[in-house]
Amino acid sequence: MAAANTEAISTGEPQLLALNEVSAGYGSFQALFGVSLSVNLGEAIGVIGPNGAGKTTLMRVISGLLPATAGEVRLLGSPIGHLPAHRIVAEGIAHVPENRRLFPRLTVEENLRMGAFIPAARRHLAERLQWVYDLFPRLHERRGQAAGTMSGGEQQMCAIGRALMSRPKLLLMDEPSAGLAPLAVEQVFELVRRIRGEGFTVLIVEQNVQQVLALVDRAYLLEAGHIHLSGTAAELRENEAIRKAYMGL
Amino acid sequence: MDIFLLEAVVDGLLLGGVLALLALGLNLIFGVIDVVWICYVELVMCGMYTIYWLYASFGVPFLLACLAGIVVVAVLGLLVHKLIIEPVLSYAPINQLLATGGLLFFLQSFATLLFGTDFRNVGIHLAPFELGEINVSKARLLAFGVALAGAGGLYLFLKRTYLGTAIRAIAEDREVMGLMGVSPRSIYFITSGIGGGLAGLAACLLVLQYDVHPFIGNSFGPITFMICVLGGLGNMIGGFAAAFIMSQIIAVGGYYFSIEFSYVLAFLLFIVMIFVRPQGIFSR
Repeated sequence: MAAANTEAISTGEPQLLALNEVSAGYGSFQALFGVSLSVNLGEAIGVIGPNGAGKTTLMRVISGLLPATAGEVRLLGSPIGHLPAHRIVAEGIAHVPENRRLFPRLTVEENLRMGAFIPAARRHLAERLQWVYDLFPRLHERRGQAAGTMSGGEQQMCAIGRALMSRPKLLLMDEPSAGLAPLAVEQVFELVRRIRGEGFTVLIVEQNVQQVLALVDRAYLLEAGHIHLSGTAAELRENEAIRKAYMGL
Repeated sequence: MDIFLLEAVVDGLLLGGVLALLALGLNLIFGVIDVVWICYVELVMCGMYTIYWLYASFGVPFLLACLAGIVVVAVLGLLVHKLIIEPVLSYAPINQLLATGGLLFFLQSFATLLFGTDFRNVGIHLAPFELGEINVSKARLLAFGVALAGAGGLYLFLKRTYLGTAIRAIAEDREVMGLMGVSPRSIYFITSGIGGGLAGLAACLLVLQYDVHPFIGNSFGPITFMICVLGGLGNMIGGFAAAFIMSQIIAVGGYYFSIEFSYVLAFLLFIVMIFVRPQGIFSR
């Protein structure tokens, strides 16, 4: 488990997402160095690591906000690394960005409606909206409220709901618990559990290592732009270095 | 109250409608695309010439000529975006200002080349009518009504339609709209067309009140930009309100002093506001 496992796990299951030796950065600053990872259909995968390790950059590369400078990104076998963000949504990846990034002055419902922009989703807008409201009844209560006026936890719920409107094959979540009160953190992880229960494949980036390892199937440890460790959640929970550095044990 | 003062106030109110329409268009484009069309009022001039030319030279019915004017300026808006803005969109804002500023001179010179520097008038004179004791210009009242209807229509479009919501959303967070599957390019294109259409509508209203000449933009351009900055660039409601404040200063100032001096007053207020509240009086 020392090196990242780039080969498909031979279960016959198609690999939903595969990153192969991906590098990326901003200008002359390189943030990712040959990162490889894979996500299988139905899995929940965590990427853990300290601040500034490149976790957000990794998410931005996958969703097309930042082009990779080397390596390839494949979704169900086809390369998507060259596509801009707005094309990648239609391919089936939705990204809940860091800090939620709702449209603060739009209402909750308007935010959700924007999540269904792609034609395949907009055709079923009313249905999808109802489905997200059933999933998160709180959003229904708040549907006419400006999204920016809600509590952090509710905003995160709205950001997740907005991403779900496109019914993605893969849901990317960047630090969903960041900046939330302890109780709201609990609630957000509960939400993620429910989304897993709905059968969504999830790739989640978190600093909240203990919580996220209790949630995911497998995880990768990203440090200074390199994948240093990967393994099942149970393996990482038992790992001495991780326990020391990230779980305070 | 002095009747002439009252007349000035009403005049200012009516002038404010058209200025508000211009400010709305400019703010829409700035809010969504983050560029300032320095040549915005020159597009209005193009619309006025289109209407004048169709109506006065070819005898096209006035309403039809107006419709054509709106369409022509909307298409011009699309072209401005496609040909001028898009190539420099990723560069520093100063490049976009210079590019649209260059277009301003181009349009003025082109109009001079085509029509000369003569002042031309469509020759439709709507007689003023009396409201109580004051005289009200019918052309201005009409302009005011249509401008308000245009503003209301834009409001409903932005508030009630999916596309309108998307335009508001992209003004709030361009990058995240990409994550929604929206190509900013297409939204920018549509917005530019709407911005052009609003300039075309303003042209229909101004052509009834003013002579057309290649430099008419100089009379409305500076005041429109001041209104936008005063209301907070990109803030449509702020710009709308600021238009009426500015038009009152000009009209009432013109009553007490002279119309030239009232412009001086307006600019003074603008300069003071730039120091006191550079983000605009109605900034969020």
